[in-house]
Amino acid sequence: MRIPILKLHHYLLVSIQVDLDDQTAIQFQEDLLNKIHQSGATGVVIDLTSVEIIDSFIAKVLGDVVSMSDLMGAKVVLTGIQPAVAMTLIDLGIHLQNVPTALDLEQGLVKLRQELEE
Amino acid sequence: MSQSCVTINQEWDIVAARHMGREKSKELNIGTVDQARIATAISELARNIYLYTESGTICFEAIEDPHHYKKGLKIIAKDEGPGIKDISKVMEDGFSTSGGLGAGLPGVKRLMDSFDIISEEGKGTEVIAVKWSR
Ligand SMILES: Nc1ncnc2c1ncn2[C@@H]1O[C@H](COP(=O)(O)OP(=O)(O)OP(=O)(O)O)[C@@H](O)[C@H]1O
Ligand SMILES: [Mg+2]
Repeated sequence: MRIPILKLHHYLLVSIQVDLDDQTAIQFQEDLLNKIHQSGATGVVIDLTSVEIIDSFIAKVLGDVVSMSDLMGAKVVLTGIQPAVAMTLIDLGIHLQNVPTALDLEQGLVKLRQELEE
Repeated sequence: MSQSCVTINQEWDIVAARHMGREKSKELNIGTVDQARIATAISELARNIYLYTESGTICFEAIEDPHHYKKGLKIIAKDEGPGIKDISKVMEDGFSTSGGLGAGLPGVKRLMDSFDIISEEGKGTEVIAVKWSR
């Protein structure tokens, strides 16, 4: 299974619509980094509105993807984290403190623009 | 509901186990946030079996408290893997032998209402956790 990555101007947009298994998550990490490299994108929004569970492994993959993209010069914003998912993440002790987040895709794009203009 | 089990051999079984957990929680009218907590806990336990042992099982059982006030879902994760030498160590946040976040087991304890772990080196590990419907 491959997660589609869309290009919009100099941003990449990803909407995760599947129940992420480990393999898909790792593949996505790789695909996104390659796409950043190829496209020269400066910002990425990963929308998690349809994601119903994030366990410690997926949280690590997402946190890593943010740091890795940062190293490559692209800012990542995570959007649409469901209330139940936010609560379980806190139970797991995962605070995603250094990860920019926004309520939805639209707010995510606004946040990216702000972060990149600073 | 008697016991139903999922065998954990390959990575995809992790997804199957948490789907079954969600189904069972729905049958017990457990709320959506607690469904997510249960599915996450199962994912952690199943992944530990997948990562650290050859194979194991995740079983589900509907239970009732002795006074029949409330129903709950009991999760039993069992394997015959290497076992855990120092339980207090693996229950610490951030302890991992695999470069993970070390959030799994302490997380499961917080996600669920009760949590018990029995492990013997060379014999295997059993985790029993319960979530009550409110
Ligand atoms: N079923 C098991 N059999 C043997 N050892 C286990 C088992 N489950 C956990 N462990 C050991 O306990 C440690 C802590 O487990 P825990 O799930 O808390 O964190 P992790 O799996 O290392 O990382 P994370 O779950 O955050 O991805 C593991 O690194 C492993 O050494
Ligand atoms: Mg684990």
